[in-house]
Amino acid sequence: MPSTLQPALAEHPFLRGMTPEALALLTGCAKNHRFAAGEYLATHGTQADRCFLIRKGRVALYAASAAKSVIVNTAGPGELVGWSWIITPYRYRFDARATEDTLAFDLDGACLRQKCDDNPALGYEFLKRVSIELGRRLDDVQLRLLDVYGEPDGG
Amino acid sequence: MAVEGFVPQDGSDPMVPEPYRIVERRRETSHTVTLALSSAGEVPTRAFQPGQFSMLYAFGLGEVPISISGSTARRDRLEYTIRGVGAVSKALCETPVGAMLGVRGPFGTAWPVAGPENRDLLIVAGGIGLAPLRSVIYQVLERRSHFGNAFVLIGARTEADLLFRDEYPRWRAAGLDTRVTLDAASGSWKGSVGVVTSLFPNVEVRPNRTVAMLCGPEVMMRFAAQALRDKGLSPHDIYVSMERNMKCAVGFCGRCQYGADFICRDGPVLPFGRLEDRLVLQEV
Amino acid sequence: MPETGHDHADSIDTPSVLSAAHFGALLQAIRNEGYTLVGPTVRDGAIIYDEIESTQDLPIGWTDEQEAGHYRLKRRDDFAYFGYVVGPQSWKKFLLPARRRLWSSVRREDGGFTIEPEPLPERRLAFIGVRACELAAIRTQDRVLMEGSFQDPYYRAARQGAFVVAVNCVSAAPTCFCASMNTGPKVSGGDLALTEVVSPERHYFLVSPQTARGQAVLQRVEHRAASDEEQDEALTHEARAVSQMRRKLDTEGLPELIAAAQGSAHWQRVAERCLACTNCTMVCPTCFCSTVEDTVDLSGQRAERHRKLDSCFNREFTYLHTGSVRESGAARYRQWLTHKLSTWHAQFDSSGCVGCGRCITWCPVGIDITEEAAALREAVDQS
Repeated sequence: MPSTLQPALAEHPFLRGMTPEALALLTGCAKNHRFAAGEYLATHGTQADRCFLIRKGRVALYAASAAKSVIVNTAGPGELVGWSWIITPYRYRFDARATEDTLAFDLDGACLRQKCDDNPALGYEFLKRVSIELGRRLDDVQLRLLDVYGEPDGG
Repeated sequence: MAVEGFVPQDGSDPMVPEPYRIVERRRETSHTVTLALSSAGEVPTRAFQPGQFSMLYAFGLGEVPISISGSTARRDRLEYTIRGVGAVSKALCETPVGAMLGVRGPFGTAWPVAGPENRDLLIVAGGIGLAPLRSVIYQVLERRSHFGNAFVLIGARTEADLLFRDEYPRWRAAGLDTRVTLDAASGSWKGSVGVVTSLFPNVEVRPNRTVAMLCGPEVMMRFAAQALRDKGLSPHDIYVSMERNMKCAVGFCGRCQYGADFICRDGPVLPFGRLEDRLVLQEV
Repeated sequence: MPETGHDHADSIDTPSVLSAAHFGALLQAIRNEGYTLVGPTVRDGAIIYDEIESTQDLPIGWTDEQEAGHYRLKRRDDFAYFGYVVGPQSWKKFLLPARRRLWSSVRREDGGFTIEPEPLPERRLAFIGVRACELAAIRTQDRVLMEGSFQDPYYRAARQGAFVVAVNCVSAAPTCFCASMNTGPKVSGGDLALTEVVSPERHYFLVSPQTARGQAVLQRVEHRAASDEEQDEALTHEARAVSQMRRKLDTEGLPELIAAAQGSAHWQRVAERCLACTNCTMVCPTCFCSTVEDTVDLSGQRAERHRKLDSCFNREFTYLHTGSVRESGAARYRQWLTHKLSTWHAQFDSSGCVGCGRCITWCPVGIDITEEAAALREAVDQS
C-alpha cells in the first residue's frame, strides 16, 4: 500500500526534506523490495526502468569483462542505486548486485519520469538530488584514479 | 598538540642513533612488514606517544622516518610498520629478527588522544596511514569507556593491501565501529568499494564532541577533512599527519618545511585548521 | 664568557687607536691566546675566508666591485686591509661546514655495530674581519642550530669557541641593503669592533672592545686612547657606508605580504629567469639546509654518515616516494624567498635575510631579492 510507504520514504536520507506533496507523488511509484545476497538489481545494457534507494544491506556495481568482474563502486544504506532511468537512452551502465541481503525502495523509472515531466518542480528537486549523487560518484572515481595509496614498486 | 619527543639532555648529538635489536618481525602485506625493536644499548627502550616517529638506520644504507605503530603499554618494545618503497625501507623490511638497527627518536607531535571525557572519535586511515593510528586504537581499547562513539574508517587499495586485518574483529568486539572500503575489488569482495570518504554518509558525526584523526595520502586527507567540515566539524577538531622529506628529524636539515612548520618538530600531527590555507596550494 | 651575541659587555672606556703597523701584533696576540686565525684573503679572483698567518695574507689594497650577477676584484689606490665589502663566502664555512662527518660505525663480530660520534672541534678559531651583516647572520644561525630544543654540538662548540674581530664597513657595495634589514652597517657585538681609517696621511684602526676577553687581548698590544678627531674621522668613514647604500628592501608587513602572495603569478615570472643553480643558497650566510650521505667501505665493515649543505633549489630536496613535492622552479623559488622573508619570522623570530646582498651578486642571471620582494608587494597591492 503506497500510503503506508510514505513515512518510511520521508526518512530515507536521499529524500529527506522533500515536501509531503512531492513525497506523495513519489510514493505512487515506489514499493519495498528485498534482494537476497547475490541477486541482481539491474543488468548492464538492459532497459533502465527502475531505481533503488537502499535501506539496509549493500549493493555492488560491477563492470564485467570476459575474464573477470570488477567492483567499481558500492552503495549502502541511505544511498541511491540507478540513475539511468532519468537520462537517455535509459539503459543501465553496470550490473548491480546485492552483496548481502538488501532491503530497498524500488521506484518505477517510467512512473518517476512521468511524474517529473508533469511536475517540473518535483523533477528539478529530484534531479538536484541525483546530481549530488553523480558528483559524489565522480569525485570518488577521480580520486581513485590518482591511485593515492600508490604502487610501491612503481614509485 | 605540542609534545616533546626525545631531546638529548646531556648536550649530545641528536644525529647519533642508538642501537636497537629486532625482536619480532611480522609480514603484514606483500610490501609491508612490522618490526618490533628493543634497545640494545645502555638506555632503556624509549617511551613514545601515538603519532610520533623515529629515524630507523640500516647499517651503511641510510635512515628513514617511520611512524610508531605499536602500543604505548609495551614499554619493552617499539613497533614500526614499514612499507618497502625505497632502498632503505626495502632493506628494513628484509632485516631479520636478531639484527641490529640504529634508532633516533621518538620525535614529533602526538595525536590528541587525551582530552575531554566522552568525546566521539573518528579515525580515518588510508593505506599505510593506519600504522600510526593503530597506536591510538590501542590506547582507546584500553580505556574504551572514556570515549563516546568511536569509528575506525579504513581505506586501502585492494583487499591484499589491508593492514592489521586480523585485528579488526577484536577492535569491533571492543566497541570500535571499524569499516573498510577498497579502491578496487574483485567480484568476490563483499564489502564497500570507493574512497574512504564514501564511508562518511553512514557515519553519524556529532560536531563539537567529535575529534577526527586522519592519516593517509595528502590528497585523501584533504578530501576527507573537507567532507568532515561539510558535516559540521570544526577544522580545529580535525587532525592530520603530514609527510615530507626528512633527513634529521630535529629541525636542522630544513627539508620538511611546510610553510612555517617543520613537519619533524611542529608535526607530523597538526590540526587541519592550521594547514587549511596551505593544503589548497600546490607544491608547498 | 663566550660571546653569545645578546649579552656582550658594554664598550669599555673610550675607543682606542691601533696603528696599522701594530695590526699584526694584534693578530699575534689573538694567536697567543690559542686561536687559529681565519680571515679574508685573495684567491682565484675573489676575497674568501681561510686560515691566515699574518697581515700579509689580508687582501691589502684590494676591493670588490659588485652588482647583480657581477663581482670583480679591483685595485684600490691605498693599502687598506679591509677595503672590500663581502665575498662569496661567509663564516658558516667554519661553523656549519659544507661537509662534515657526523659519526662512524663499525660492525661487530656478533653482527651488531657500534656508533662513534665525531669528536668536537679542537681548534678554537678567531674570525678576523666579520661584517655587521655577518655577525647578524651568525646570530641568525645560532637560533637555528643551538638555541632550539635540539642543539648541534659541533656548531655550538665552534661558535662558543670562536673569537670575533668585527670590522665596520666604511663603504657599501651597490648590492648591500643591511640598513633595510636593520643589521648594519655598524657592528654591535663580537669581541673587538674595529673601524679602519685610511687616508693619505695615516692608517689606523679605531678599536672598541666588546667583551672582557676582547679587552684582555687589546691590552697585550700597543695602543692608545683615541682623540676626538680620530673618533670623528672614524665616524665619517662609517657614515660613508650608510650614504653609499642604494638598495632597499621595504620590510613593512613583509612576512604577511609574502604569505598573501603565495598564489601570485609572479613566482612563475621569476622562475623563467631562475636557473635553480643553488648559488644564492650557497652564498647566503643564513641558509642552513642540508642532506645526509651514508657510505660504507669496500669491506662492508665500516660505515659513515656525513652532513652536506644542500639547497631548496635542488629537485631532490623534497623527494617523497611519489616524486618531488616542489617540482617546478616557481615553487622552489617561492619556498626560498618565503622562508627568508616570511616564515623565518614565525620559526626563529627574525628575518632570515641580513641584507648582505650576496644572493644578488652571485646570481648568474642577476635575480634581485629586493626587486622580487617589491614586485610581490605590488602584485599583492593590486589584487
